[in-house]
Amino acid sequence: MADAKVHASITHDSAPLHVSGTALYTDDVAEPAGMLHLAFGRSTHAHAKIISIDLDAVRSAPDVVAVFTAADIPGDNNVAPVAKDDKLMTSDDVIFMGQPIFLVAAKSAKAARVAAKLGRIEYDILTPILTIAEARGANSLIEATQVMKRGAVDFDAAPNRVTGSLEIGGQDHFYLEGQITIATPMEQGGMHLLCSTQHPSEVQHLVAHLLHVNSADVTVEVRRMGGGFGGKETQASLFAAAAALVAAKTGKPAKYRADRDEDMEITGKRHDFTADYDVAFDDNGRITSLRLELASRCGCSTDLSPAINDRALFHADNCYFLENVELISHRFKTHTVSNTAFRGFGGPQGMLAIERVMDAIAVHLGRDPLSVRQANFYGAGRDVTPYQMPVTDFVADRIVADVVAASDYNNRRQAIEKFNNTHPYLKRGIAVTPVKFGISFTTSHLNQAGALVHCYVDGSVSLNHGGTEMGQGLNIKVAQIVADVFGLGLDKIRITATRTDKVPNTSATAASSGTDLNGWAAYNAAMTIRERLAGFMAGRNGGEAENVTFEGGVVRAGDEVLGFAEVCRLAHFNRISMSSTGYYATPKIHYDRKTHTGRPFLYFAYGASVSEVEIDTFTGEYRVLRADLLHDVGRSINPSIDLGQVEGAFVQGMGWLTFEELVYNDKGRLLTHAPSTYKIPCASDRPKILNVELWRAGENREPTIHRSKAVGEPPFMLANSVFSALSFAVAAATGSRTLTLDAPATPERILRALKDGRA
Amino acid sequence: MPHKLRFYLDGEVVTLSDIDPTMTLLDWLRYRAQRTGTKEGCAEGDCGACTVLVGELSGERLDWRALNACILFMPMLDGKALMTVESLKGQHPVQSAMVDLHGSQCGFCTPGIVMSLVGRTMGACGTVNVDSADVLAGNLCRCTGYGPILEAAEQNPAAAFDDAHVFDTLKKIRRDDMLILSHEDMLSGLTRRWFTPRSVDDLAALRLEMPDARIVAGATDVGLWVTKQHRVLDTIIYVGGLMTDIDETPQGLTIGAGVRYAEAQTALARLHPDLGELVRRIGAVQVRNAGTIGGNIANGSPIGDTPPALIALGTELTLRHGETRRTIPLEDYFLTYGKQDLQPGEFVESVFVPALDATDFVRVVKLSKRFDSDISAVCAAFHLRIAGGIVTFARLAFGGMAGTPKRAHATENALTGKPFTPEVLAVAAEALRQDFTPLTDVRGSSEYRLEVSGNLLKRLWFEYHGERGMTQAVAHG
Repeated sequence: MADAKVHASITHDSAPLHVSGTALYTDDVAEPAGMLHLAFGRSTHAHAKIISIDLDAVRSAPDVVAVFTAADIPGDNNVAPVAKDDKLMTSDDVIFMGQPIFLVAAKSAKAARVAAKLGRIEYDILTPILTIAEARGANSLIEATQVMKRGAVDFDAAPNRVTGSLEIGGQDHFYLEGQITIATPMEQGGMHLLCSTQHPSEVQHLVAHLLHVNSADVTVEVRRMGGGFGGKETQASLFAAAAALVAAKTGKPAKYRADRDEDMEITGKRHDFTADYDVAFDDNGRITSLRLELASRCGCSTDLSPAINDRALFHADNCYFLENVELISHRFKTHTVSNTAFRGFGGPQGMLAIERVMDAIAVHLGRDPLSVRQANFYGAGRDVTPYQMPVTDFVADRIVADVVAASDYNNRRQAIEKFNNTHPYLKRGIAVTPVKFGISFTTSHLNQAGALVHCYVDGSVSLNHGGTEMGQGLNIKVAQIVADVFGLGLDKIRITATRTDKVPNTSATAASSGTDLNGWAAYNAAMTIRERLAGFMAGRNGGEAENVTFEGGVVRAGDEVLGFAEVCRLAHFNRISMSSTGYYATPKIHYDRKTHTGRPFLYFAYGASVSEVEIDTFTGEYRVLRADLLHDVGRSINPSIDLGQVEGAFVQGMGWLTFEELVYNDKGRLLTHAPSTYKIPCASDRPKILNVELWRAGENREPTIHRSKAVGEPPFMLANSVFSALSFAVAAATGSRTLTLDAPATPERILRALKDGRA
Repeated sequence: MPHKLRFYLDGEVVTLSDIDPTMTLLDWLRYRAQRTGTKEGCAEGDCGACTVLVGELSGERLDWRALNACILFMPMLDGKALMTVESLKGQHPVQSAMVDLHGSQCGFCTPGIVMSLVGRTMGACGTVNVDSADVLAGNLCRCTGYGPILEAAEQNPAAAFDDAHVFDTLKKIRRDDMLILSHEDMLSGLTRRWFTPRSVDDLAALRLEMPDARIVAGATDVGLWVTKQHRVLDTIIYVGGLMTDIDETPQGLTIGAGVRYAEAQTALARLHPDLGELVRRIGAVQVRNAGTIGGNIANGSPIGDTPPALIALGTELTLRHGETRRTIPLEDYFLTYGKQDLQPGEFVESVFVPALDATDFVRVVKLSKRFDSDISAVCAAFHLRIAGGIVTFARLAFGGMAGTPKRAHATENALTGKPFTPEVLAVAAEALRQDFTPLTDVRGSSEYRLEVSGNLLKRLWFEYHGERGMTQAVAHG
């Protein structure tokens, strides 16, 4: 397996297409004649009962072809992933501002959007519950509060105790390509959907139930997405279902392309959280007891919120052994859009909370926060998580030591102290934070994948698997794995669009699992074919199949040396099948949600970062001056692709913690629904000095594909050091022993934290 | 007989008749011309996924500009040249640099980024100290974290580009008479008309004739009325290419209303570096290549980008009505929110910004959540004269603090004639509360706006004594 095709930095398979504008996204496919364009008529209240719906003006608007409501749905009026509590359109209860009520099909997108404003809906307006605080007051929950505990907390047994709270904001995905589906009716009631989704199988099943047809009648195809980040895991279904309904009802192809504002107004986001902590610790800062109470805004329905909030609990330990701990998690139901998966899936919020606890301890004791973190690391005899999973692969201590050395943390910390003592109003802060992120879907049955590989008689290979490409480089990694199996160049591997009629019943491309799952499945499919070819070649030569080699486009069996294409041609002549499925299911994992114990993860991915910031104490403005990232991806299948994930995740995480701010008004209307008001990082926000490295010593102890580690989500949380550094810069200005900064740390919040700290 | 639109694209002249004048270039490219490389990310000029290059004759020169196709109306292209990502045929060195350096992940923003970087090699992204991050400030990428893209930008690979043919063709299709378009709009049932006068005199006459027509210059605001609000515009007068003179004299700077931000930047920076930095932080390259100083003033935004600074500097505004002109202090133009001192038939023609004395102390500060391509929560402009430790003159103007860009008279009074000390500045900071009762909105709360404005006053003491604040640190590295 010494072939350079895995563990090699190979450019993204679509990169030449990206740069030339020839990569086809859903909206780039030429529109067939008669294509209908869609827009939802949406509620103008967050909480109401619909009294009447008058759509006459909509129907008679120019270029409108048809208008549909919930009554037109042949099957289930449901687009929810699990709990059946998200409607395609509502006809009675309105549970969030902008909820779809009717659907306009018109000859142009503009005509549909203009007509969609003409519905006359009468409401009985009810008081909405909008915030975590309001939901807490009303005890409005999507499910029972969950508690994960171990040991017995005792806050009097240690010499020190600190309490505090932290607000953590939400985040919009802001994938550059908005939600979109084209539905095309096929013969005999079939339906083909071209959809920008991370979860084609779920879209398929939901659309089938909604249309009251079989899943086999619906095919969902995804060539690529213009970004996903979790926002197209469950959220694509709404638009797919709308397009499918119109296509089924009218017999015409139908496209739903949400514009940016609608996309941001009606799709779920990262959950905002509050965290209240009560912690006892010794004089070295080692925690003896911790009670951490998390609360999140789930929005109006269940969506994936139970699993997301579970993952917040799973990561509230981060790299720290919590001997006596009570982790409490409230999942609040509000009349806002239903929050959903977003890179990290609750993990970032849980992890930020414990990092704040570490910082609070350090500030209280006047110690270097790094030493407090080190005092709490997992280690010998302190190696079981609050959910009873042994931590056997802990390397965060080594990664932290490496990044501390590489970044010259200790000297810079002293230099910063000097700077802060002299500058009248600029203050700096520096922080090191580690990451430990559990890999596997915590819903165990999702950890499976399939692939389909064909070899053709000319020696070319068609590769298909259940994962979806959203820019993360999944397809190139899987192609590298398959090329390596056959000893072929990548030019012989054809990457094909994900389709539910090729690989069925797939899980979402989510939880960072894309390569771990689909890489193995494709490997297994390719190996099945290779073993057949090897057996055939060995048979011709009287040798052993396992001695047949595939390398450099050549197959060697005994003395016979043939090109791969010639082997395929001969195999076909001799009636050897050159097509195979492949399957993989993650071993070893189990979890009992009733007791919150088990082994939900196959392994952990680790990383650490050091960030330095400067704030202006007059304005609250700040800059990230430098960041050093060191991240463990095991043995990387493609280092350049992985580096891209690490850097991109960090900057996205920085956006979440700094100036990406979701603002709702008191009626529940999202006011930040376009890039004019919702600011994601732009080029100049990238720290001027940003050192990004993969940890050279990294190797996965578990038998993952080529001993690599998942990389999509874990480095998102490397941005936590930015938030810690900002907190310390504020503390340097106020001299306070309490940390007062909340996230996102907009200039306004920095200024408020300065004020609170001085008070 | 209505005219046809003509523009140059990939070696040919495209001629279009009966096109909706408010159709955007992006929609035309994607849904009429099947050139789908140019993407829609926001339809409001904030993400840059639709970046294209537009070439325009300027005397005997051909100037290229990077622009957002999503808020560019088709008739604005008349007589110009267009380049999209398809024009590069995948062969530009910027494209191979982006591939080799892993500059794309999902790839959706990539064509726009390629066009910005190619544009820079053609002078289409401004010429004043354009660093790579500034070139790319208007191109959002959600995947990469920008590192590989900035690396590709630093290579700045230029390709030999001979635009002689473009130049010759544009000369041939140059139009001397007024462009007039007319289109029956099915959705609104209206006849939509578009006029592109060729001289300011023609504009003045046309404006008298059609006082209710919507004047469009860069369409960085009006474009959104169409793409976002679906507002119905019936008659449009496009003033692109008119009133584009900049006149610098020892007395001051006269800037025509049609001067784009990108072109005003250098001259304003010469007047005072803070003005240059303020303009650099208006939108991004694509917006500064479209939006004009006159448009910025005429639309009367309460934030106002340039007006607070211009007011603090004592700028005068010239309004024209037919053959007559009147000149008023810029601050008097803004009456109340949404209402300006503009008579029917009148239009903004130019501004005059008086030169500064060496003794003038000027600070312009824009506060926003994100440094680049964001709208101010507060924009503050301070113009002081300090002699012998006494403030002899104070002129302060703010944006984002009221329904219009506005002077802070009470605060000025709290400073004038007083010693320039931290104590006096603190008193002046309190006086701001008499001048302003700001709103709370997505960009900041009322209390934040008041408090931070006061802090800016207090910070002046340090800045006057040579300390550089965050904004300056950012501007000058």
